[in-house]
Amino acid sequence: MQKSLHINPDKCTGCLQCEMACSYENYGVFAPAKSRIKVFNFHETGRKVPYTCTQCDEAWCLHACPVEAITVDKATGAKVVSESTCVGCKVCTISCPFGTINYMQETGKVQKCDLCGGDPACATACPTGAITFIDSNWTGLSKMQAWADKLGNQAAA
Amino acid sequence: MSWAGKILRVNLTAGTVTTEALRMDWAKLYLGSRGLATKYLVEEIDPKVDPLSNDNKIIWATGPLTGTMASTGGRYTVVTKGPLTGAIACSNSGGYWGAELKTAGWDMVIFEGASPKPVYLSIEDDKVELRDAAHLWGKSVWETEAIIHKTHQDPLVRVSSIGMAGENKVLFAAVVNDLHRAAGRSGVGAVMGSKNLKAVAVRGTKGVGNLANPAEFLKVTAEKKKILAENGVTGQGLPAYGTQVLMNVINEVGALPTRNHRDVQFEGAKDISAEAMATPRATDGKKPLVTNQACFGCTIACGRIQKIDQGHFTVSTKPQYWGASGGLEYEAAWALGAANGVKDLDALQYANVLCNEHGMDPISFGATVGAVMELYEMGVLTKEQIGIDAQFGSPQALAHFAEITAKGEGFGKEIGQGSKRLTIKYGHPDLSMSSKGQEFPAYDGRAIQGIGLAYATSNRGGCHLRGYTIASEVLGIPVKTDPLESAGKPELVKAFQDATAAFDSAGVCIFTSFAWGLADVAPQVAAACGDEFTLENMSLIGERIWNMERDFNNRAGFTSKDDSLPKRLLTEAAKTGPAKGKVNELGKMLPEYYAIRGWDSDGQIKPETRERLGL
Repeated sequence: MQKSLHINPDKCTGCLQCEMACSYENYGVFAPAKSRIKVFNFHETGRKVPYTCTQCDEAWCLHACPVEAITVDKATGAKVVSESTCVGCKVCTISCPFGTINYMQETGKVQKCDLCGGDPACATACPTGAITFIDSNWTGLSKMQAWADKLGNQAAA
Repeated sequence: MSWAGKILRVNLTAGTVTTEALRMDWAKLYLGSRGLATKYLVEEIDPKVDPLSNDNKIIWATGPLTGTMASTGGRYTVVTKGPLTGAIACSNSGGYWGAELKTAGWDMVIFEGASPKPVYLSIEDDKVELRDAAHLWGKSVWETEAIIHKTHQDPLVRVSSIGMAGENKVLFAAVVNDLHRAAGRSGVGAVMGSKNLKAVAVRGTKGVGNLANPAEFLKVTAEKKKILAENGVTGQGLPAYGTQVLMNVINEVGALPTRNHRDVQFEGAKDISAEAMATPRATDGKKPLVTNQACFGCTIACGRIQKIDQGHFTVSTKPQYWGASGGLEYEAAWALGAANGVKDLDALQYANVLCNEHGMDPISFGATVGAVMELYEMGVLTKEQIGIDAQFGSPQALAHFAEITAKGEGFGKEIGQGSKRLTIKYGHPDLSMSSKGQEFPAYDGRAIQGIGLAYATSNRGGCHLRGYTIASEVLGIPVKTDPLESAGKPELVKAFQDATAAFDSAGVCIFTSFAWGLADVAPQVAAACGDEFTLENMSLIGERIWNMERDFNNRAGFTSKDDSLPKRLLTEAAKTGPAKGKVNELGKMLPEYYAIRGWDSDGQIKPETRERLGL
């Protein structure tokens, strides 16, 4: 079964535990600046929205890469950057419609979410369930259930 | 070791920035943040210095857990000699700024001298420079942050700044970061203003690492997060209702100071409670509360995001206040509401938003307005003098004073001096509800005996966050004590004061203490900093910090006479509620408190106590 990161902004408090977990997993330091998942805080509405790569099947970044540095992890479906192959040309950062692959000055390579090899640290760290790692075919399940409850699970008149 | 190991020293007079290694010998004894920054301050300034002179210094400091995955590890403190009190000042804030400073590679920033012209400090990791702030002077906190983002072409810069209140040296001016988180009390913002320092803008990319025991740290911080999640207060009450959940609780126990402490119960409590924030308004059918908000690393998320009714008189012609914004917390809702007898929730939200926007402490502001309203009702102050009818309960007066105080306009200039100076000026010093010149927060010392002692002995003046005995006396955490009973409270107050100093110095939020004891903080510090930070050592560090602060105040000229409460709390009995007929029994508690502290009868630290604490 393939799993996907599923994001529910309604539950996000903006604590950035996910950003710290991501940077710690990949670089051994707590550094939101190095995180591959970002939480956006929209002050005018009070909404906090975590955002990261959704692992497109036909990934723009993968197709754009001139040196084939981005490959598919067959176990997880993640699009993974090979640091040793990446030449830092940044074409993938232009091709990605969502902005979720980015260049890192510190390494001279691009970085993106690789699902931590199948056990994403951000989802583990999230204290509210705003970020979960669930069956890719059923990311809508909890929403469906909530509506089913609303529409069909009422006492008969 | 979790400390960055480096500090910045900025001489504003000379316009220079230098770097120093952190004094690790002091870090072992005073931990970080509150304790460590205070150690630097007391070593470097004369305790008798005028707080608003060039000779005072002001320090922004993080703790060893700041910027880590420890829950609530985002706190920082601003430490200086406070202009409202003349005592040590240490104000604590959350948001994201503290973690950003740490991740830029710095434990603290010490400012000394004063700049000849407005400046702000820009920190981008190792690139640190003073920049001209002429274009920022006169701007609000919110405008300052927006302009800095634009100038730096970087929306991720975190800004800690003052608004007009700090520039105008309002004696309870706050330092505000991330739009609505504040190092709120004791006038730390006025010290910043006196130095022509508008803001400290930070962008850090290095990260916080170098943990003593990384695997243990991840394990123990995860365990401690679970405790917070499973606790009724930190796991459910605070995220759902925020601190304002206390409004009805404290009113029930007859400890909600009302109309400048004339009364101890407020008939409008339910109208300004957390429950009211979560109930649709009659006017527009919308709930004032929009959502909750966490500070950096916080798994509690008690922060409130609210919206004011667009049709309310305070904002109907001001669309800039129609969006979501920060507030109300319990203390602010009390100070702007019950303390003035005002039960118009939208008016409280508006005044609170102005406090954030212009950088003012809503507690001291609201409590000072309470004193003004009492003087007005007594006929000591007149409409001609103050510009508006200001009887208790007037939302119009509250909103008007909030508008003019930060800007230093008209009578706002006098409110900006705080209640102590204002009541002295008009011949009624007993009407200032304060200790050491700092106004009390939202608990009445007649109905909750221990908090009265905590107010009287707080090193930064009247304050609930130096020894929150409410936890025990009202909420039963960690054990229930009788709020009406003064016996046993000296010990309780000392225990809370010392533990709080250790929490604050570690870099975590004191709200964790609804679920955590120091025994929960110590292993997190130990995993980050080294095995020597045992529970026993952490307790000693807390006590050492408390005594260091006390020693500074003593040398600044404070004596046992300043460990006092206003006459009203000592002689005018509570009129209603469970505490009806009670006054605060400070006279009984204080000598015992001194004895337990190892101080003499004048409140001076005995030589053997100094020796035991290594002072």
